[in-house]
Amino acid sequence: MYVLIAGGGKVGSSVMRSLLRKGHEVTLIEQRRDRFDRLEEEFEHMVMNGDATELYVLERAGIGRPPDLVLALTGDDEDNMVICQLARDKYGVDKVVARVNDPRNQPHFDLLGIQQTVCAVSNILGLVEHEVPEHDLIHLLELRKENLEIVEVQIPKGAPSVGKKVERLPLPEGARLISVMRNGQSEIAVGSTELHEGDQVLAVLQPGKEDELRRVLLQS
Amino acid sequence: MKAIVVGCGRVGSSIALQLAREEWDVTAIDEKEEALQRLGEHWAGGFVVGHGMDTEILRKAGIEETDAVVVATDGDNTNIVIGQVAQKRFDIQCVVIRVLDPARAEFYNERGLRTVCPTKTAIDALTEAVRSCEIPRQEATV
Repeated sequence: MYVLIAGGGKVGSSVMRSLLRKGHEVTLIEQRRDRFDRLEEEFEHMVMNGDATELYVLERAGIGRPPDLVLALTGDDEDNMVICQLARDKYGVDKVVARVNDPRNQPHFDLLGIQQTVCAVSNILGLVEHEVPEHDLIHLLELRKENLEIVEVQIPKGAPSVGKKVERLPLPEGARLISVMRNGQSEIAVGSTELHEGDQVLAVLQPGKEDELRRVLLQS
Repeated sequence: MKAIVVGCGRVGSSIALQLAREEWDVTAIDEKEEALQRLGEHWAGGFVVGHGMDTEILRKAGIEETDAVVVATDGDNTNIVIGQVAQKRFDIQCVVIRVLDPARAEFYNERGLRTVCPTKTAIDALTEAVRSCEIPRQEATV
């Protein structure tokens, strides 16, 4: 596989190292001269110095082949968005992945149709949510393309869902229970599954349905 | 008519002042508070401090009621993204952005963004100036 990486900071260079170890062909573009010099010592001709949002730089790096994958991993969100748009719409690259530095820019990536994005800050905050017990509803996974998310809730004492079968729960439109974990054992939630206090329940739902789901499962 | 000018440097501030003289209701956005000084003591339009990529800042500047958006910060890619946000998210019909790199300006122009490329204008003007020079003809020597 031929991979083109834009941005040779900690993220870009680590990704490059791993891809090379797996036997892929990789070219990395780094704009900063000092960083480029260091990278060149390690990666030699596989690194190029230049601005990856300039067409001639991308072309020199072989974007016309086109690569199987373009990774926009610079520290600038606007640069990453433009790199993805150029790769996809000008050069016909099938797969583009972008790093999101500031989670507030996520809607812009979505707006421009850049679906594969990775945001370290959002991921860390998700994990914090997972670790902090007072959050009653934990976001486990966002399926942005499908407009769905997977969440986990723990059924508290006295909740309206305790002792009820799944088929009897007035679940909101656009929300389904996936599984119930009890005493370390997990089973798929079916209509006859009865919820108990302390159950950890996985649910899939459309974003925005969280409050309704909370009302049905958690609030007394 | 209402206009928002994102980026209040030498270019943006001049556009803001010119539009205001032409009776437009203008709000300028810039990251630096000092940029307000470029608009002069008698600036009667709006001014919002913040980054144009921030949709809250755009809303504060009144993007939901504006007729036109001019994006002229010093970053090409910043302008390209803000321009698309104004066009696609806020449905502004008149969006004009400055892009210094002729290649990117052409690409986004083809995709329906109204880009203005000062570099291209300079190249054309300078080339034309050279062409129109009167160079005395040298006598042909045998």
